Amino acid sequence: MMDPSHSQHTVTLTVNGQRRTESLPPNLLLSEYLRDYLRLTGTHIGCDTSQCGACTVLVNGDPIKSCTVLAVQLPGAAIDTVEGLGRPGALHPVQEAFRADHALQCGFCTPGVLMTAVALLNRDPHPTEAAIRRGLDGVICRCTGYENIVTAIAHAGARMAAPQEVSQHVD
Amino acid sequence: MSTDGGAAHAAPLMGQSVPRREDARLLTGHGHYTADVNRPGQLYAVMLRSPHAHARLRAVRTDAARQVPGVAAIYTGAQLAGRIAPIPTAWIPPGSELALTDHPALADTTVRYVGDGVAMVVAESLAAARQARALIDVDYEPLGAVTSVAEAMDPDAPRVHEGVAGNVALHWRAGSDPAAVERALQDAEVRVRETIRQQRLIPNPMEPRAAVAEFDAADEALTLWVTSQNPHIHRLLVAGVLGLAEHRVRIIAQDVGGGFGSKIACYPDEVLVAFAARDLGRPVKWVEDRREHFTATTHGRDHVDEVVLAGRRDGTLTALAVRTQANLGAYLSTAAPGVPTILFGLIANGPYDIPVAATEVYGVYTHTTPVDAYRGAGRPEATFLIERLVDRFAHEIGMDPVEVRRKNLVRADRFPYTNAFGITYDSGRYEEALDRALEHLDVGAFRREQADAARQGRLVGLGVSTYVEMCGLGPSEVAGAVGFQGGLWEHALVRVLPTGKVMVMTGISPHGQGEETTFAQVVADRLGCAMQDIEVLHGDTQLVSMGWGTYGSRSTAVGGGALSVALDRVVDKARKIAAHVLEADVADVALEAGRFAVRGVPDRAVSFADVAQKAHLAWSLPEGVEPGLEAEASYNPSNFTYPFGTHLAVVEVDPDTGETTLQRYLAVDDCGPRINPMIVDGQVRGGIVQGIGQALWEGAAYDAQGQLLTGSLMDYALPKARWLPPIETDFTETPAPHNPLGVKGVGETGTIAATPTIVNAVMDALGSLGIHHLDMPLTPERVWRAIQDARAAAPLGAAGAGEGGGMRS
Amino acid sequence: MMLGAFQYERPASLDEALRQAAAVPGARWLAGGMSLLPLMKMELADPPALVDLAGVADLVGVQEDGGALRVGAMTRHAELAEHPLVARHAPLLAAAASQVGDPQVRHRGTIGGSLAHADPAADLPAAVLALDATIEVASPRGRREIPAKDFFLGPLMTALEPDDVIVAVVVPQRGAHRQAYHKRPHPASGYAVVGIAASVLREADRVASAAIAVTGVASHAFRARRAEELLTGQVMTDALLAEVASVVASGQEVWGDLYASADYRRHLAGLTTRQVLERLWDDR
Repeated sequence: MMDPSHSQHTVTLTVNGQRRTESLPPNLLLSEYLRDYLRLTGTHIGCDTSQCGACTVLVNGDPIKSCTVLAVQLPGAAIDTVEGLGRPGALHPVQEAFRADHALQCGFCTPGVLMTAVALLNRDPHPTEAAIRRGLDGVICRCTGYENIVTAIAHAGARMAAPQEVSQHVD
Repeated sequence: MSTDGGAAHAAPLMGQSVPRREDARLLTGHGHYTADVNRPGQLYAVMLRSPHAHARLRAVRTDAARQVPGVAAIYTGAQLAGRIAPIPTAWIPPGSELALTDHPALADTTVRYVGDGVAMVVAESLAAARQARALIDVDYEPLGAVTSVAEAMDPDAPRVHEGVAGNVALHWRAGSDPAAVERALQDAEVRVRETIRQQRLIPNPMEPRAAVAEFDAADEALTLWVTSQNPHIHRLLVAGVLGLAEHRVRIIAQDVGGGFGSKIACYPDEVLVAFAARDLGRPVKWVEDRREHFTATTHGRDHVDEVVLAGRRDGTLTALAVRTQANLGAYLSTAAPGVPTILFGLIANGPYDIPVAATEVYGVYTHTTPVDAYRGAGRPEATFLIERLVDRFAHEIGMDPVEVRRKNLVRADRFPYTNAFGITYDSGRYEEALDRALEHLDVGAFRREQADAARQGRLVGLGVSTYVEMCGLGPSEVAGAVGFQGGLWEHALVRVLPTGKVMVMTGISPHGQGEETTFAQVVADRLGCAMQDIEVLHGDTQLVSMGWGTYGSRSTAVGGGALSVALDRVVDKARKIAAHVLEADVADVALEAGRFAVRGVPDRAVSFADVAQKAHLAWSLPEGVEPGLEAEASYNPSNFTYPFGTHLAVVEVDPDTGETTLQRYLAVDDCGPRINPMIVDGQVRGGIVQGIGQALWEGAAYDAQGQLLTGSLMDYALPKARWLPPIETDFTETPAPHNPLGVKGVGETGTIAATPTIVNAVMDALGSLGIHHLDMPLTPERVWRAIQDARAAAPLGAAGAGEGGGMRS
Repeated sequence: MMLGAFQYERPASLDEALRQAAAVPGARWLAGGMSLLPLMKMELADPPALVDLAGVADLVGVQEDGGALRVGAMTRHAELAEHPLVARHAPLLAAAASQVGDPQVRHRGTIGGSLAHADPAADLPAAVLALDATIEVASPRGRREIPAKDFFLGPLMTALEPDDVIVAVVVPQRGAHRQAYHKRPHPASGYAVVGIAASVLREADRVASAAIAVTGVASHAFRARRAEELLTGQVMTDALLAEVASVVASGQEVWGDLYASADYRRHLAGLTTRQVLERLWDDR
């Protein structure tokens, strides 16, 4: 049997559109891979019991908590983090709506909330208020009281669905 | 449309909802939080924390742990004794008989709460540090523990600190003469009394605490990245505890992921990390995990209050007596002694003109996590008491709670108003805020709906709270008089560069409150430059000369005051230069929309940017004017600020489950003029939800042995999106007459007002059953049990039959 | 990196998986990881090896199989919640899956992982109990089937042997039954304070058959047999519902905690059962 402390596993991951083949230790959480290996520190760690959702990223389009999955569990996966969503000056419609509607204060939960919102809107561009609030079950924001987040997601959905305003950043 | 950017503008930005400039980095994953900091060659620290609430440390054996590959060092309290000074308490209220005790960075002989530090492991990786921690063998001798004030004050109770009798950490009084209070209570027509428990809360900002320390041995200089609401206070305290020179300590707290008071204190953790970095000659990084946060970061509230409110049958309040036991935990955290005294006891009468009022406070040591400031810090506790008691009083005399409030609110013509505790409310139009709220919610119509609902067996209730708070901390003379071991003034430096771009260095340390934007709005208006030409810098003691930080709703009120004065000075100097350039008299030159022009001769003008350039070139300056264009100001407020308002809530209680559903929440707040209404509104909404959290969901609980039963996010409920209704907000604007910007502060108001509003609403819903007070949080079971008990006690068919539950006039 | 070292295997077939697990004493199966990984992060579990089942193709997906639905053990809650076959033949399973945790958890967590973990307050155990599902299990000794009613033995305890792995859950098709799952979640954890899964066959005004399973209330999910007996063959009335509600947790040692005492849980179990039955009865 091989010595587990020296075992590395080769996985190919596509992070924010960039394909990478990596040799990774199995005990590396996806969040650690993103933060410590790739220095994509936008993905935040807010808890240890998978409650807060600050670490949410998209894996093959689905929202998951990156603190509760090993990087080696995701061979071939496409991973999207907040860094891939938009850039200052070229924000994704959801980021733009968060800014316009003041849906963030301290900003710590924000990357996870954004990714959760993007996944929600990709499935349902016109969610009801109740559906948005349910969709936020997996994230905790301590600053905003959520209402501006709910409003921003509704506005972003409307903007993303309006054909004339579809941004090139939506793909 | 964004109003950020563009050229010099004509329309004022003050009062506009300018989108936040900090959002660009925070929305794209480019924030700079402490845990994002990585230094070359860094080591990782973890803390071993006590699993016992009270135990003697017989031995801490680290031999096996040291064998783990990658371990650089393991520190224990015994090793550090004498090498790190005790963690200080920075608030010593005079006359409080404060029983100061030593707080070692790591426990040396005794652990005093679950979470108390026993050892720190520093290793090449987090995994190695954790593995070694698990191998530390601690021989604890468990001792008896006390977790509640009632137990702790028993003369026979185990003592948290040797020599502190009855575990009383402080005893403090304020207000009217006790004999006068006694007389007023005796003479009153009506007295209501209640024992009110304000449960312990766990702050839970979403960013855990963290520290990264780097020590330059050649310069004996420490750089400490730390999750701090007040970097300069951290500089002072960390330097003191480690025996470093203050000028060789640099504290950086750029982006901080929420604090709510829990990142004010100087904790053992950052001190230990800094110590290790110096000791080992390598950077050391520590990040709290969430479960650690529950025991190792300060908690909030935790009062038992005996309150008596007295008055006349016509609704006039005449006297108030408050006797409080405040649980302070095992050690006196940085600001802890001031929270249940100064910040609580001086404003117990709330917005009501109560001529005779007194508070008496016992602060008590227990074997629990230290308690310190948590959003509102003292003022929510005070507001909760008076707002609950006013409802009880209204019920007692059969008057609507709204009318009792209206009758006793300090009238607009009484300001400045000095209350029975001797503090002077600056300005207010309390009744106007109440009326504004009632415009949005017709109480008469609600009472009819409530009666209809009751006939169907449904329990609906309306809660009201009119509040005032004391914030904008604060006048430094007062800080000194009340024993705060620091100043509460604020500093700003405005530096205009040769190109006319502006840098602002402020001593406040915003972490979500948005002053990078609001301060830029103030600058843009005053100097007539574009938002994009202004940078607001904070959170680095090497960059900002001095400041006292962000808490107590002080940043815009006090930090903004400093900014305003500094801007005046910049404009004064620039005007002199402009007059020189324009060959005009200084008195005839005025700055408008980014240009200095000669009065009456608009063509004779020079742009602010040109003046900045000339100031820096210094080729030709007026006599006595130094080159460059910058000014600083230290603003020491002459009074606190006193925001106020009225909040209303409508709830429905399911009698079958006890579950409370929020139907409406309506807030009218007055924090003076709003520089950025969007940001003010955001502060109010977020604050309200935190206040609702205390009323309905949040609450720490210890068992008899001192184990925290709510020690993770699996057990301690933070508010979730799906439980909340849309919140309706509105504002009145009454300037603070003494503040340069007229502003009052808004960070805490929502939390202060919301808790009693919700509890009053639930009690109104349950009033028809004869239930008039329940402890928080109002969990479904607690409410259901009360309903069951009430029904069992009531004669058959009496409970709830056709009763609206509300008090009517 | 916070976790200690462990061996990681990602087999492509069940046989390989069983071999790899057998090779390391104390090896654990890794399904969605929604319970195991947090335990490891909290230093409450420290397995020497993880055998990840995500690469085993046979374990994924939902198929019709005779008169039953065959749900692969690695089928994730999100898929279960929206699968058309599940919606048609076992809506209760879809309803329970849609209420597990939160959206993020539902995209990782699996039915096999949830059942094997057997949290006393998990949602899916109640669903498979009420549906009379069968749990298909493989081990180096071969395959066997465990009826759901024999599967849950205690808190985090099941009829699985250490080297057993859940392969599939077989759910009888009960399109004619009215099915529902109603959960009262704990405000912090999201787990059920009380969860009631019910499957009822109505014939005219009578209850032809009823299955009621309860989670969150006792050391493991259970069938409310006494309540089912009371309902079977009877005309649905308020009085019957009241009687049913009073016996939902009878014979059970009901759990209590800081948030909900045993008495209150018992009350909620009865109340929720009554509400679920009322809703099912009045449907359509």
